[in-house]
Amino acid sequence: MRIPCPYCGERDAHEFSYLGDATLTRPDPAAPDAPDRFFDYVYLRDNPAGAHQEWWYHAYGCRQWVKVERNTLTHAIAGARLARDARDAAGDAAGNVPGDAP
Amino acid sequence: MSRLAKGGLIDRARSLAFTFDGRSYGGHAGDTLASALLANDVRLVGRSFKYHRPRGIVSAGAEEPNALVELRAGARREPNTRATVAELFDGLEAQSQNRWPSLDLDLLSVNQLLSPFLGAGFYYKTFMWPAAFWEKVYEPIIRRAAGLGRMAEAADPDPYEKASTFCDVLVIGAGPAGLMAALAAGRAGARVILADEDFLAGGRLNAETREIDGKPAAEWAARVTAELASLPNVRLMTRTTVFGVYDSGTYGALERVADHLPVPPPFQPRQRLWRIHARRAVLAAGATERPIVFGGNDRPGVMLAGAVRTYVNRFAVAPGHRVAVFANNDDAWRGALEIKAAGIEVAAIVDVRKAVAASLVQQAKAKGIRTLLDGRVTATHGKRLTAVDIVADGRTERLAVDTLAVSGGWSPNVHLTCHHGGKPAWDEAIAAFVPGIVPPLLAVAGAASGAFSLGAALTDGAAQGAEAAEALGFPVPLPDVPAVAEESVAITPFWHVADSRGPAFVDLQNDVTAKDITIAYKEGFRSVEHLKRYTTLGMATDQGRTSNVTGLAIMASLTGASIPETGTTIFRPPYTPVSLGALGGHHRGKDFRAVRLTPTHEWAKARGAVFIETGAWLRAQYFPRPGETDWLESVNREVKAVRASVGLIDVSTFGKIDLQGPDVGTLLDRLYINTFSTLAIGKARYGVMLREDGLVMDDGTTARLGAEHYVMTTTTANAAKVYQHLEFCLQVLWPQLDVSIASVSEQWAQIALAGPRARDVLARVVDAGVDVSNDGLPFMGAIEGTVLGGVKARLFRLSFSGELGFEIAVPARHGAALAQALMSAGEAFGITPYGIEALGVMRIEKGHVSGNELSGQTTARDLGFGRMASTKKDYIGRVMAGRPGLVDPQRPTFVGFKPVDPSQRLRAGAHFLKIGAAASLENDEGYMTSVAHSPHLGHWIGLGLLQRGPERIGERVRAYDPVRGGDIEVEICAPGFIDPEGERLRG
Repeated sequence: MRIPCPYCGERDAHEFSYLGDATLTRPDPAAPDAPDRFFDYVYLRDNPAGAHQEWWYHAYGCRQWVKVERNTLTHAIAGARLARDARDAAGDAAGNVPGDAP
Repeated sequence: MSRLAKGGLIDRARSLAFTFDGRSYGGHAGDTLASALLANDVRLVGRSFKYHRPRGIVSAGAEEPNALVELRAGARREPNTRATVAELFDGLEAQSQNRWPSLDLDLLSVNQLLSPFLGAGFYYKTFMWPAAFWEKVYEPIIRRAAGLGRMAEAADPDPYEKASTFCDVLVIGAGPAGLMAALAAGRAGARVILADEDFLAGGRLNAETREIDGKPAAEWAARVTAELASLPNVRLMTRTTVFGVYDSGTYGALERVADHLPVPPPFQPRQRLWRIHARRAVLAAGATERPIVFGGNDRPGVMLAGAVRTYVNRFAVAPGHRVAVFANNDDAWRGALEIKAAGIEVAAIVDVRKAVAASLVQQAKAKGIRTLLDGRVTATHGKRLTAVDIVADGRTERLAVDTLAVSGGWSPNVHLTCHHGGKPAWDEAIAAFVPGIVPPLLAVAGAASGAFSLGAALTDGAAQGAEAAEALGFPVPLPDVPAVAEESVAITPFWHVADSRGPAFVDLQNDVTAKDITIAYKEGFRSVEHLKRYTTLGMATDQGRTSNVTGLAIMASLTGASIPETGTTIFRPPYTPVSLGALGGHHRGKDFRAVRLTPTHEWAKARGAVFIETGAWLRAQYFPRPGETDWLESVNREVKAVRASVGLIDVSTFGKIDLQGPDVGTLLDRLYINTFSTLAIGKARYGVMLREDGLVMDDGTTARLGAEHYVMTTTTANAAKVYQHLEFCLQVLWPQLDVSIASVSEQWAQIALAGPRARDVLARVVDAGVDVSNDGLPFMGAIEGTVLGGVKARLFRLSFSGELGFEIAVPARHGAALAQALMSAGEAFGITPYGIEALGVMRIEKGHVSGNELSGQTTARDLGFGRMASTKKDYIGRVMAGRPGLVDPQRPTFVGFKPVDPSQRLRAGAHFLKIGAAASLENDEGYMTSVAHSPHLGHWIGLGLLQRGPERIGERVRAYDPVRGGDIEVEICAPGFIDPEGERLRG
C-alpha cells in the first residue's frame, strides 16, 4: 500500500505506523460522565466496511501524524492531510479542546 | 538420444554436462533440465506423492506437477524444483526425490496396493485415535512416507537481495500480447518494465511454428525483444516472475539472478526480490493447458500436447518416437501437424468430438495421420508408456505408442487478477475461467483474457499497452499489428473418460483420482472448498494448475450443476513458490536487523566486555576479569566495587528527547502523572506517564535546563514509542501548544558514575569553574557545563543504583573519550566499569522498578507511585486509571521479598500463595517480577507484585514455581534492601 504523505509525497506503507480511528476527540476530563466518555474513547471503535478516517504516523519520514481516508474494503486511499491541517479544517484549531483548561 | 537433427532455439555449439541421479548426461545452452532429460531418453523422473507411482515429465512450464527434483548438492541443495523451468547449466547436479532406494525400484510403491484404503479423507478417517499416538507414532510415519525433497542441511551460502523500482507500465509476460503491449507503451515513451519468468522472451511463439509477417514467430519475437532492449525507457526482466499484486499498484516479483549458474557471480545475489511500483500494468500471462482425465493417465509418456510441441519446436527434442494425440480442441490438431512436420511419427489423432473442421481433418490426412473422431483413450500400458487402448466409433483397438499428447483445452492464467479478491468468471465459449473483477489499474491482454488466437493476442496486447500509456499522458500511435493467418480455436468441453480402466488422476502431484472426487461427493463434501480440503485436490506445490478446473468439472457432473454453480478456484499470491531466502533477503544471521552500538562500544570491547542484545542495542553485560569463571562472580565484584568506591556504565541507550518552547511545562504536566511545570531550572524529576487506558506507559527523569527548555529521558525499550506519543499529543491532541521536540538519543553519549567516590572522580574531569559539590550540584540537580577541556556537557545528579550518582552527557563523539577520562580519573579509587547485570542487581537492591514491572499491565498505584499522582490537574490516563478495577485494593502491588532460608534461590515468575493454600488459580496472589543475588546482603532478593503487598510486610508467603520445580517460603519486605532512607545518594 502507498500513502500520499502531504509532506513527503507518496511513500510505501511500511514507512508508517498505524494508530486507527481519526474521528475521535479526546473527551472533556472534567465532564460529569467523563469515565463513560473515556471508556468509549479508549475502547469502542466502529468497524466500517468502506471509507475510514485513520491516523498514520510517518515514522520513517517526516514524523508527522497524517489523517488518511482509506477504504477498508479496497485499500484505496481517497486523501491524506497532516494532523494540524485536518484540525484546521475541522474548525477547532483555536484550541478549544475539551479539557484544555488554561 | 532423442535430439532432433535440426531446429530449436538451443545453442548446439555449447554443450553442457549434467548429472541426474548420479549418471552423466549432456545438453545444450538453451535447454531446461526437462528438455535435456528427454533428449537423453530419461522418461522416469520421479515418484508420486502418495502411491509412489513412477512419473514422467508432463508439461514444459511452471505448471509441472510431476517432475520435481532436487537441484545441486550440499548447502545449495534445493528440493521440489520443477525440472521444466530449471535452466540447464554446466555441472548441474539433479536428483529425483520421493523414492527409496532408487527411482526404478521404490519400495514404498507398495502404497499402490493399499490405494483402496488411502483414498480421499484417509488421514481424517485413519489417524483419529488414540490422541497420544499422534506425536509419537502417526506423525513420524506420515512425514517419512509423504515425500517431497530433502532440505539442504547447512545454511545457504548464497546472498539474496531485495530491491524496489518504479515504472509507468508493468507488462507481465513476454509472449505475443506482452511483447506488443510493451512495444506500444515503450515506443510512446513510457517507462516500461517487461517481466517474464522464462529465460527467453516470446512465450508460445517459441513453442509453435507460426509465422508473423511471413517470418517464423520466434524470429519476430527475437526482433521485438531486441528493439525493446534498445529503448532506454524499457527494462526487460527475464527470469523474473511477477508473483503477486498488492495495493496501490505494488507488485512482487522474483528475479532469478543466478539460478542458471553454478554459483552467483561476484557481488550478485542468487535471487532478488523486487517490489515494483507501477502506475499501470498489463497482465499478459498466457494460458495453461489442462489434461483430459482417464485411467492410467499418469504413466510416463502421457504428456500435455502443448508441452510435446514445445519440446519439439523450441528444444528440438522428440519426447517420443511414435505419438498419439488425444484432444477435444482444434489447437491440438495443429500441434499434431507440427510434431509430424518435425519428423516424428504421429500414429493417430483421437478427438472426443464427433465433428471437427474439415480443413483440419484434411490436413491431417494429407500428412498421413489417422484421425479417430468420437474417440477416447480407455487405458494405458507399460511401466513407461508402450500402448494405449482407444475406443472410437464403438470399436476398441490397442495403439502402440510411446507418447500420448493430451489436450483438454487451455485455461487463461487469471491468477494475478484474483489477488485483490476478484473471482474469475466462466466463459462457456472457451470452456474456461476468464478474469472477473480485476485489480485496479491492471488490464488483461491476450490468452490470459481468453483471447486465444495469435492474431487476437497481438491486437489485444497492442491495444492494452497503448491504452495504459495513453492514460498516463503518453501520446500513443497504435503500433501496426503484424499480419498473421487466422486460426480456429474451437473446443468442446470434455473432462473425464468415465469408462476408462485404472486409476484416473486429476491432481497428479497430490495423487487425487476421479474416484476420490466421487468419494467426496458421496460423503457430502461437495462444495469446492470441502472438495479441496477433503481430497487435497489442488493443494500441492503446483496449486492445481492442471487439475483445479477438471476437478470442478467432475464434481459438477456428479451434482448435475454447472461448473460456475459448483464454484471457482481463486488464487492468492505467490503465483509460483518464492524461496524463503529471497523473502528474507539480507536480513539473516548477524544482519537480521540493524545493531545499535553505544558510543563506548569499542572501549568496552577493549576491556573484555561480554555483550548482550537489549532490543536493537548491544550493551556491555559484564566485564569479566582474568580468573573469573562465572558471570555471577564478575557481577558480584562489580556491584561491590560500586558500593564500596566507584564504577561507571554507559547509559546512552536511554531515549533522550529535547523539548523547547513556552508550553513545555504544560505539555509535561499532561503527559506525566506528576507535575513538571513547577520544576526549578537546574533540577530533574522522576516521572511516570500513563497510556490513556490508565496503565503505565513509561518512566524516566526529565530535567529543566532553562525556562523553556527541558530534556526528557525514556526507557531504552520505549524510546521510539514515547517519541511517537509526544508527537501525537502535539500534532493531534493539543496542536495549540507551542512546543518543539527532537529526538537526541543518538546525539548524546551518557555515562553514569556511581559510588561513594563518584564526586571525587567527576571533579577531576569537569573543567574549572564547574561546581559539582553538593551545593553546586545537589541531588536531582541538572546543570550544563564543560568537561575534558571544553567539551559541552550536561551533568545530572541521579542515582539508579542507590549510591551517590551522576550522569554525564557529552556529544556522542566524545563518549569514548569521556569513559577513558573517567577511568583515568578514577584509577586511584579503583574505578570499575560495570555492565547491565550489575546495574540490574543494584536497582533491585534499591527497589526501583524497571522493564519487568512496567509490563503494560501495571498501574502507577500497583508500582507504589499512587501518591505521586497529582490531583490538581488532568493528565493522560487519569480518568481511566480511576476505574474500579484499577483501584481495587486487592490488586497485586509492588513489594520486596527475601527467602526465609537465605541459602535458597529466588526465581522471577514464581507465583505467590498463602502458606498452606493449594496451588490453584483462585489462590494466586501475584508473582515475582525481578530477582537478583545481592552481594551486599549475601542472599537472593526479589521484587514482585502481591495482593495488598505493602500491608503485609513481615508476613510469609509461598513462592511457587512449578515450571522449574521451585516451592519455597519467602518473607515480604519493603522494596529497598539497601539504604532505605536514601542517605547515600544525598551524600
